[in-house]
Amino acid sequence: MKPEEIGILIVDDEASVRDSLYQWFRADGYRVDTADEATSALNKLQENPWDIVLLDIKMPGMDGIELQQRIKQIDKNIVTIIMTAYASVDTAIQALKDGAFDYVTKPVDPDDLSKLIRNAVEKRRLVTENIQLRQQIEELLLPDEVVGESPAIKKVMEMVNTVAKTDSTVMILGESGTGKELIARAIHSRSSRRYFPIITINCGAYPEGLLESELFGHEKGAFTGALYRRKGKLEMADKGTLFLDEIGNISEKMQMDLLRVIETKNFTRLGGDKAIDVDFRVICATNKDLDKAIKEGTFREDLYYRLKVFSLVLPPLRERRSDIPLIANYFLGKYAQSMNKNVADFSPRALEMFTGYDWPGNIREVRNVVERAMVVAQGSQIQVEDISFPFPSPTQPASGASLEEVEKDQIVKILNQTKGNIAQAAEILKISRLTIYNKIEKYNLKR
Amino acid sequence: MSYIYIVPIELEDHSDLELLEAFIYDTFHLKTKRSAFTINLPDAFDPHRGQHNSSLILQQLITKPPRDAEKILGILNVDLFIPILTFVFGEAQLNGIGAAVSTHRLQNQFYGLPEDREVTSERLLKEAVHELGHTFGLIHCAQPQCVMNASTYAENIDQKSAKLCSQCQKITEAGKKNTANKGFPFSWWGNK
Repeated sequence: MKPEEIGILIVDDEASVRDSLYQWFRADGYRVDTADEATSALNKLQENPWDIVLLDIKMPGMDGIELQQRIKQIDKNIVTIIMTAYASVDTAIQALKDGAFDYVTKPVDPDDLSKLIRNAVEKRRLVTENIQLRQQIEELLLPDEVVGESPAIKKVMEMVNTVAKTDSTVMILGESGTGKELIARAIHSRSSRRYFPIITINCGAYPEGLLESELFGHEKGAFTGALYRRKGKLEMADKGTLFLDEIGNISEKMQMDLLRVIETKNFTRLGGDKAIDVDFRVICATNKDLDKAIKEGTFREDLYYRLKVFSLVLPPLRERRSDIPLIANYFLGKYAQSMNKNVADFSPRALEMFTGYDWPGNIREVRNVVERAMVVAQGSQIQVEDISFPFPSPTQPASGASLEEVEKDQIVKILNQTKGNIAQAAEILKISRLTIYNKIEKYNLKR
Repeated sequence: MSYIYIVPIELEDHSDLELLEAFIYDTFHLKTKRSAFTINLPDAFDPHRGQHNSSLILQQLITKPPRDAEKILGILNVDLFIPILTFVFGEAQLNGIGAAVSTHRLQNQFYGLPEDREVTSERLLKEAVHELGHTFGLIHCAQPQCVMNASTYAENIDQKSAKLCSQCQKITEAGKKNTANKGFPFSWWGNK
């Protein structure tokens, strides 16, 4: 921080002290002002931001100790330095207890004052930098990618907010692609552990030996190929969150080891003998039916209950269809920006295709379809022709019970399938093109 | 034509002043004029502290400035203080007319060391230019070699040069133009 960026307020009832300090700090280039008593100082604190306040302890009216308390109420990060003509241990202790940065006896050695102010400026700089960094982290963490306004997702987010405040283990259940990792990150980013890392490990992606090494780390020479000591994910997650994805896929031995670590919060690296203490919160996720696995004897019941202190079930996308346009638009905005394309929205027909589709791959599938559509899109809208579903559209239940609703849904489905090609749709539906046009008009199925 | 007035105040040894005046001319491009002002030092003496209040001396120094005085530099050999600090080497009005500097704490013998005339003379030169620099609107400079770098103890003064850095030279020139046009709007002091 440059001196002119630092504001110093001097509060003293002695004019000669105020003046001499004012001169001293101005010669250093600081922004300086003075106040001869507490009320005037408090007014100046309201008018302008101040970084450092030097205040006399003995003043008529409100004394320096009380003024300092009020200053800290206005801004607890202002650096306060107490000055006194008579050194007293009691007042010094009181001032420091109340948050004073330091305590000086008048007159002060010039070198001591210079060092004191340098240190105070450094403290203020660090505090300011810390606040800014925290804000930046909050900004990075806050933009939720959990998109949706359906009652189902709102309920999930309510539960996320509740469980985030605790340190309980959480089990997230849901079909593939429903955003289990996203929910784990949302819990972490709302928890008190948010300034520490969330470490993710996909348990299903490693063979047993490798998973063990990934989690626990290893010492040099622990096994063939262990050329260096390596920290495992458990150590990396210290003070943060460990997210174990696909927990249903781990071996029985791994289940036992994991249970022990979760209960004792200590472990040893492979090939090592030193116990390492760790402090992490566990969130796990699976799309497997663990109740069934327990009955079959492939998943430990004790580990299951240890992991499932709190469980969250993510609904598949087909059960919250009203969120599909929001999610599709969210990814559209994201990819338009990253691909630098001027695509603003979906055509009404394209959006209808999205809402009519079942999305067996859930949100991950929406993301992939939108990304692909963005690559091929030519105009400012994503058209039906730009969309390609990776899975054939499964038979969908009609959204209503009446014959008209069934008819409408079937026409929408076939039009989606033929990407809006009327001639092909007429052939599949075994009706004339004119009839299709009439039905489109009747059901207001706009392209 | 205006001058930088050099005012020795109860100073017995004037042997350094000639060199000092030459250096001031080289630095600020203004001629110097040596003069004796009536300064009552006992009025500025604080018996409790056994020191002289430099602000009170400065006030006396600038009470009736001569018409051709661009700046006035008082030079003395007493221990100076300002109320908040235990001592000062000198004091000046930032963007003002007056400055004062004392050789008292610039001498090695003050610190129990053998006196070294050359060192004292060089320290006086640096502190005089430093205080005059404040009157030209200069604040403390972060450049370690610049004479406007702050010094809070004697060895500090030895570490810097007697010259202004290029940035401070520019500000000085701009300050000279401003004061020629606007007079001295501010009245406050710098020291160190």
